[in-house]
Formats: sequence, structure tokens, C-alpha cells
Amino acid sequence: MTQEEIVKKIEENFEEQITGVYYFAGQGNVSVKAKKILDICKFLRDEPGLEFDYLADLAGADYPDRPYEEGRFEVVYNLYSTKRNHRIRIKVGLPEDNPVVESVVGLWVTADWHEREAFDLYGIKFNNHPNLKRILMPDDYQWHPLRKEFPVQGY
Amino acid sequence: MSDSKIQNLYDQRKLSPFLDDDDEIAPGEKHLHKEMIINMGPQHPSTHGVLRLVLELDGETITEVHPHIGYLHRGIEKLAENRNYAQVMPLTDRLDYVSSMTNNLGYAVAVEKLMDLKLPPRANYIRMIMAEMSRICSHLLFLGCHALDIGAMTVFLYCFREREYLIDLFELICGARLTVTYIKIGGVRRDINQEFIDKLYKFTEEFEAHIEEYDTLIRENRIWLERTVGIGVIPPDVAISYGLSGPTLRGSGVNYDIRKAEPYCAYDEIDFEVPLGKNCDTYDRYRCRVEEMRQSNRIIRQCLDKLPKGSIQTENPKVVLPQKDMVMRDIEHLIHQFYLVIKGFSIPKGEVYSATEAPKGELGFYIVSNGTNMPHRVKVRAPSFVNLEVLPYMSRGHLLADIIACIGTLDIVLGECDR
Repeated sequence: MTQEEIVKKIEENFEEQITGVYYFAGQGNVSVKAKKILDICKFLRDEPGLEFDYLADLAGADYPDRPYEEGRFEVVYNLYSTKRNHRIRIKVGLPEDNPVVESVVGLWVTADWHEREAFDLYGIKFNNHPNLKRILMPDDYQWHPLRKEFPVQGY
Repeated sequence: MSDSKIQNLYDQRKLSPFLDDDDEIAPGEKHLHKEMIINMGPQHPSTHGVLRLVLELDGETITEVHPHIGYLHRGIEKLAENRNYAQVMPLTDRLDYVSSMTNNLGYAVAVEKLMDLKLPPRANYIRMIMAEMSRICSHLLFLGCHALDIGAMTVFLYCFREREYLIDLFELICGARLTVTYIKIGGVRRDINQEFIDKLYKFTEEFEAHIEEYDTLIRENRIWLERTVGIGVIPPDVAISYGLSGPTLRGSGVNYDIRKAEPYCAYDEIDFEVPLGKNCDTYDRYRCRVEEMRQSNRIIRQCLDKLPKGSIQTENPKVVLPQKDMVMRDIEHLIHQFYLVIKGFSIPKGEVYSATEAPKGELGFYIVSNGTNMPHRVKVRAPSFVNLEVLPYMSRGHLLADIIACIGTLDIVLGECDR
């Protein structure tokens, strides 16, 4: 399936959830609202024709200059289908004061450590995560080092 | 299980996993059901780096494993956000430090995708040669160390003989042995010379026999079979859900090789096979890696045969430094060189996820550019990090000694895992 067809399929089913679509370097990016992320991911995994059974990567990201409504933090899901050999990227914007999103560990087990890493480095919280604690930094560490305001030197 | 829970378990046992003096030992049953918690690592010869495991044992059987990572966290992603694109390259060497060529390649491919940069064929072929040499190095290290962990010392010495030969070739071509920084954005740093080609030809001719030499030591060795067959079984659907990649996934019979699925460089012009396992166990993953070395050897051979003539880097002056003789001759080129070295080049706004097949699995770079000369976000999807996650699943129910085989078969490098 081409990127456009995949995006069209998501649009057909979750039209009011999508906040933006854009293509770059032949890769489709779909920004969605955080509320229904679990439904969208479940749809992407189980829908015949899409079958994104492989969560290649889950990344946090920080955009301090964005307006409040778009959300300062972002969780990026890079999905791949081993059966169909196609990819898609789903992005969720999260507000600065309460960055919370549903965990997708129930859909792809691999999300466990990825989400712990995003929590560790960005402070993004994942609801219903089985074991949400720091993974790379020490357990008693107080900061989230990949946030943009965290200095490279000095701590 | 959380640390507090582990603490509770400790407390229940008064920090002593062993029997108290006043315990009744006689029936044998009581102490069999007493769970013991032991700590393994971070400094342990067979954890392949600074990996710490907290093991819950019932007798000698593992009931649960809690991996603790992060001892080698150097904040490479944070550092990358504060350097220009070319300066990130040496950081990637330090990810999977036993095969830095493939890390260089993964990052370079990602940035080139972001810039929509096309490379001359010679650069692509040299890159493939380097990547496959790196793959053989990495798999030789895997085979040697895995065998050493399980108890076969000889294989280790043989493997390192060949690995040394390849690393000497790296030294010949770029001066460095491990942290090479040989591949750069827009091409490779130096052209390969005739001496290198001759030596590599000699290697490809002899390597098949060498593989046979040390493979016969263990392939049908009874101790090796006892220690690996049926150990650490990962069914294909579980492997996919855990996001495994590389030989760890292909050992479970899932045909996912990025060189075939989404060819980069010029892998679509090369003829090679993707070896797959059947029984999803440690033995099959070892077979896969040995077969992969044979295929890599074939790829190197074909690349050398087909090696095109021409430039080793792109012509785009925005990315590559100007010719040295021109820099010495006129001021514009001097300024250009100065600007590129000090400031680097800017990339238009955009984001890209690019996956390449590193020896350990899918090495992905998710790079967000904000239009300046420094990346806004570099996320490294490290195969070791993801593959290690399956360790508790695969070692549950096995004996304590088998966890050594399980760590070995995942072929992790903690530099990449902790970043």
C-alpha cells in the first residue's frame, strides 16, 4: 500500500481524530489527538490490508516553541508491517502541563521499554503501563534530560 | 516487578536467601520452594558489557529476570542535538562499537534521505563492502564470545584471527581500527586502493574454508548442542510483538531483512540469500549468523567484482568539502571550506525515519530537522536495546547456566543499548 492509501484508510475511520497529515521524503506523517490513540493503534494493527504488526520505534520529542494547543511534547510511533512491507508514522501532541497518553504495551510488547525511555528522558507519562519507571537514568534522578531546557553541560 | 517489590521479597527473607539455622532442612521440600534472588553484573564477564540482571531463582531454575540497563548512558541523543550534522558522525561510532561502519552508514543514509541526496555508484559499493566487512567482524565476535561463554575456547581464538585481519584492513583504509568514522554524509572519506582490494580478495577466497574450520568444531559438538538446542525459544509471533530484528528475529523464521525489504545503497543489484531458522532456539540463531557470514562474504565478492569507477562522494558542494588544491589557490574555496567546517550545512525542515540492517538488527534513525545546521531530534532505534527486552521471556524456566547462552544469543552491545 502506498503512504497515501494508508493515510486515506485512517482518515475514513478516524476523521475527527486527525489534526494534520504531511508527507516528507516519501514518508507519511499522521498527527492525531491523544484521546483515541489506543483505538487508532488497534485499528492499524488489526485491520486487514494494514496489519502493522511491528512497532519499529517509539520516540518522544520536545518542541518548546509550539503553541499550547498543539502540545509541547510529542510521542512518535514508527510502525512497520512485516506482512505488507509498508511503514507509517503516527504522532501525538501532548500539553506541557500534563503530558499523558495511553500506553500501547497491550498491542505491541516492545513498547514497554520504549515508553519507559520516553518517560525517563522527557517525563511523558503512559497510562496503564505495567512498570513505568526510569530505564537509562538512575532511579533517584530528578530531571528529564532530553527536554530542551536541560543544559548539555553544567549538571 | 518494581524495585520496591524486590525490596519486599528481600525483607521477607531478612536479606538472607539462604536457610536460617533453625529452619527444618530434612524433608528437602521446604528449601526447594524458597525463592532466591541473586544479582548478576554489571561487572560480569559474560554479560557482554555493563548489563545488570536481578534473577529470581527457584533452586537452579530461573523464575524471573529483571534487566537493569543504563550504566553506559552517555546521552548521545542529547549531544547530537547540539552538534551540526557532520559532527554527529563520530558519536555514532560509539553506539555499536564492534561494527561502527554500519552505524556510520545508518546515520549517513538517514541524513541523505532527509536532504534527498543521491550518491555515485562507487560510493554505494564501497559502503556495502565496508558494511559487510563490519557484519562479518560483528558475527565473528558473536561466535567467539558465545562459544567462550558456553565453554569452547578454541573457537574464540580462530574467530579473532579473521577478525583481526579485517580490522587491519579498516586500519589500512582509514587509519582507525574500531571507531572509524569512515563513511561520511555524501559519500566515503577516502577511496580504496589496490592493496586493499587485493587483500580483501584474498580474504574472500579463504574465508569460506575458515568458517568451515571453526564451524566443524561446534556444529555437531555434543556439548554445544546440549547447551543451545531448545534453549531460549522465541516463537515468531512473540518475536514480532517484541520488535526483535536481525538474526535474532530471523532465527525465529520471520523473513525480515531490510537489505531485501527496503534496499538502500545498491543491495538490490546484489544477489544474496536471507538465512532463516526453523526451531526458534539458540542453535538456530547461531546457524543463521554463520550462514549470514557466508552471504556477507558473497556480497563482498560481488561488490569487488562489480566495483564501478568514478567519484566516491556526491558532487553537491553544499555537503562535501572543496578540492584541497582549489582551497590553496583561491579565496572563495577557502571561505567555503572554512564555512563548512565551522558551521556545517543546513537541512530544510522535515523529518525522516530511516532503517538499515546492522549486524544486530534494525538500526533506525529518526531525525527531525528544524531548518538549521543542527538536528532538532535524533532518536536512535538501537537493535540491542529492543532485543534485550525479550531476555526475561526467553530465559524463564531455564537453568541459571542457560541465561549465559541467552545473553550470548541476543548478541547485545551495551554501548548501543544505553546510548
